[in-house]
Amino acid sequence: MSLNLESSNVATRENRIGSITGYIGTLSDLAEQSGCGTLKGCSRCFSQSSTCLSSCALGQLSAIRDVAIIHHGPAGCSVASAGAYYLDKVMAKKRGVTNNTVYVGTDMNEKDTIFGSADALRRIILEVNKRYSPKAIFVTSSCATGIIGEDIDSVVDDVRDEIDVPIVAVHCEGFKSRIWATGFDISDHAVLSNIVQPPKQKRNTINFKNFYESARPEIIEIFKNFDLEPIFLYCNSTVEELSHISESLATTCICGTLGNYLGNGLEEKYGVPYIRTINPLGIAGFETWLCEIGRVTDRSEAVEKYIAEQRAIYIPQIEEIKKELKGLKAVLGMGPGYTFEVSRVLNELGIEVVWALAWHYDKKYENGDVPPSMEYLLENGVDFEASVADQQNYEVMNILNKYQPDLYLSRHPGSTVWAIKNGTPAVYVADEYMIFGYKHTLEFAQSILDSIHNRSFEKNLARRVKLPYTEWWYEQNVDKFLEEGKK
Amino acid sequence: MAKLLDKQRYKCALGAMQTVQAITRAIPVLHSGPGCAQKLSDSIGSSGYFSPNIFPCTSINEKDVVFGGAKKLDTTIANALKVIDADLYVVLTGCIPEIVGDDTAEVVSHFEDSEKPVIYASTAGFKGNNYKGHEQIIDAIIDQYLEKADEKEKGLVNIWADVPYQDLFWLGNIRELEKLIAELGLTPNTIFGYQRGIKNIDRIPKAEFNLLVSPWVSVGNMKKMEKKLGIPYLHYPTLPIGAYETSKFLREVGKFAGVNEQKVESIINEHENYYYYLIERYADMFLETRVMAKQFSVVADAQYALGITKFLVNDLGLVPAKQFITDDTPKAFQEQIKAEFENLNYGLKSEVSFETYGYKIHNEIQSHDYHGYPLILGSYYEKEITEKMFGHFLNISWPVQDKVVLDDFYVGYTGGIRLIEDIYSVAVQRWN
Repeated sequence: MSLNLESSNVATRENRIGSITGYIGTLSDLAEQSGCGTLKGCSRCFSQSSTCLSSCALGQLSAIRDVAIIHHGPAGCSVASAGAYYLDKVMAKKRGVTNNTVYVGTDMNEKDTIFGSADALRRIILEVNKRYSPKAIFVTSSCATGIIGEDIDSVVDDVRDEIDVPIVAVHCEGFKSRIWATGFDISDHAVLSNIVQPPKQKRNTINFKNFYESARPEIIEIFKNFDLEPIFLYCNSTVEELSHISESLATTCICGTLGNYLGNGLEEKYGVPYIRTINPLGIAGFETWLCEIGRVTDRSEAVEKYIAEQRAIYIPQIEEIKKELKGLKAVLGMGPGYTFEVSRVLNELGIEVVWALAWHYDKKYENGDVPPSMEYLLENGVDFEASVADQQNYEVMNILNKYQPDLYLSRHPGSTVWAIKNGTPAVYVADEYMIFGYKHTLEFAQSILDSIHNRSFEKNLARRVKLPYTEWWYEQNVDKFLEEGKK
Repeated sequence: MAKLLDKQRYKCALGAMQTVQAITRAIPVLHSGPGCAQKLSDSIGSSGYFSPNIFPCTSINEKDVVFGGAKKLDTTIANALKVIDADLYVVLTGCIPEIVGDDTAEVVSHFEDSEKPVIYASTAGFKGNNYKGHEQIIDAIIDQYLEKADEKEKGLVNIWADVPYQDLFWLGNIRELEKLIAELGLTPNTIFGYQRGIKNIDRIPKAEFNLLVSPWVSVGNMKKMEKKLGIPYLHYPTLPIGAYETSKFLREVGKFAGVNEQKVESIINEHENYYYYLIERYADMFLETRVMAKQFSVVADAQYALGITKFLVNDLGLVPAKQFITDDTPKAFQEQIKAEFENLNYGLKSEVSFETYGYKIHNEIQSHDYHGYPLILGSYYEKEITEKMFGHFLNISWPVQDKVVLDDFYVGYTGGIRLIEDIYSVAVQRWN
């Protein structure tokens, strides 16, 4: 990866790492085509709505404590502020801290699209700074401001002298990329370029990029065994904490899609090693990941001891529950940071993946390699049908209808309900730590078992509802609307 | 001009995709960026036969911004008609196509002869908020779909109320309004919610009159229908909550519709008897709850700010502190809404402020002396400051995080009782 922290703009995943949102085939073919450089994404002539990259970018930044987000655009763009307010309050309360982050919009109207509103934006920035005294200010664009060419960089440069905290222009035009994960890169770029300071001293800390830090207490306990201290990012982070992440021993991430820009950026700019193994989900994932942390931080012995102790507790229990899961067939649909990781865990548990959907696919990670989760599966002789679809629910439903699996696993709000309407039990793998380590792998296996043991809810509902797709659609091949060679 | 929107309480015009969604078997087709639907939806019963993540969308990209997205819209509509089983397809335009100048009307005209109706509404985010967007959808139905009826259906009344989904209680409220109107011997017709849909839209022109229950939303729609479809309208600006306002409402509708006065009075009498049977049993609790001051503030759209203020003053005998209307009410309506706040029992007047700057609202609430623990009914944003003031908080306006509502309602006699239940369920959590 070549990091350019001088520019406030981040190239999209499509342009930077050849990411795609349209493909249908198999895991092995996807890997082979990625490897030899022949993979070309398809576009669709019919699509259903997906997600805006600004939700990912600003969802991340607004979780930082006591900052201000100023979303320059119509009221619909800044509507995420309502959810961010709620999350900030409840996440801080759970952790026992306070978070006074403000996320405001500018309620841009038609006149603003004609005459621009740079002056108003300038006033709004100064007013927010005066009223709330935030620790950092992120000023962000929208589709509308992007198209009319509102120069937020100049406005930000212009007020910089009047504001004594970091102020950052963040470019969030939703039309830039179909891959909402580009938004994660945008937030990491903002943090790397304006908040993170060069290291002054090394600390025994590990940067831990995650979403909502639900496993924070237990990970702190685990890392105590190795005299390491995790710093969870960005939910409940402070600007002060973030300024020191260049001093950590390593960076790791619970989801490769979420963390690869920050991880690679910190490595490239400050030499902080980025842990690039498969993720700590399931048995192999947890062990491989922990061993690599041990290796990088020179704590292999302590790590191996810990693994041996934990294995003795959990492996027999996991082996026991596997007997009941054996032979189940699953379809899953998730972001690529999870699809191939969860596929591995399902395989570990004896569940057969018949089709895996990734909401996008990064041909190469920032360092140029094929994603490690995929490599692991192929090296271990696991292959299945796979597709890349940015949450195209009609494709999911077509697949579920054809395969009638025992189980659908998904990670995005509003997705599981469609599977159960098809009569397929669904497991919502919402929390990023739901399959973390031995303990949660066991819990995950138990949740799957519980979901298939009582199918009342989905059967009751499926019997009474009509699905919104036409019979015609169910008769089509799932690739009906994919168009090759176009972007 | 752009302004500081702090603690925002509305969405943009494209948020009216939820108005379309509230019409059973009508589907929004979005000509917008890929993530608009996801942003504008929330988990308050917005899954269903359709859900925002299956709304067809052109998912405009950089290339479409440069070369226009008309062709993409054309294939999206054509394929939506094939893939999705709906009765009405409503194309909604977002910011991008309206700035780059895609001719949506022209594209939609290709589908004039399609088996199912396809209409479109201009709902670019910068055109206004979702209250205005809601009006745009109803206008689109009037302009592009409805035709004047040859004959009227006796007693048929179209009922219109505030914005589905933005209003947490939209479903329960409109059903309860229907029940009240039916009791008067009239036939209610509404287009939103369970078992309502295209057949109800088809009936609209046959109505003898339109009944609008809202301080300002949809007044323009009523005028348009009066002009194009020859339907007169009764505008009742106050959401009737509790006995006092609901009885007034029934009298006024009864009078407008020519319902026998005695019949109206007997309906009112029956309702009030039961209402006060309940109130009588709990009156001691209301009087003797130690922890609630007599003063309250509502922070909500005009509908709830006005409806709840009237209820708490005229039914429960509370005293209004300042009220805050947060829906960006158009200037033209502000005076008449203000006048309603000054028309309370015993000559009481409530100060009211049309305000979208959350900082100011919170500042004013915190600096007001409620002479005890205040009652604050508002959006989730008011939870924390109310707690700081040891007050009682009820989440009645968007954004909602503190309450789950499937089909509960605050309208009518029963609705008033529900609101009392909710308020005192909060108050009884504390002793002093």
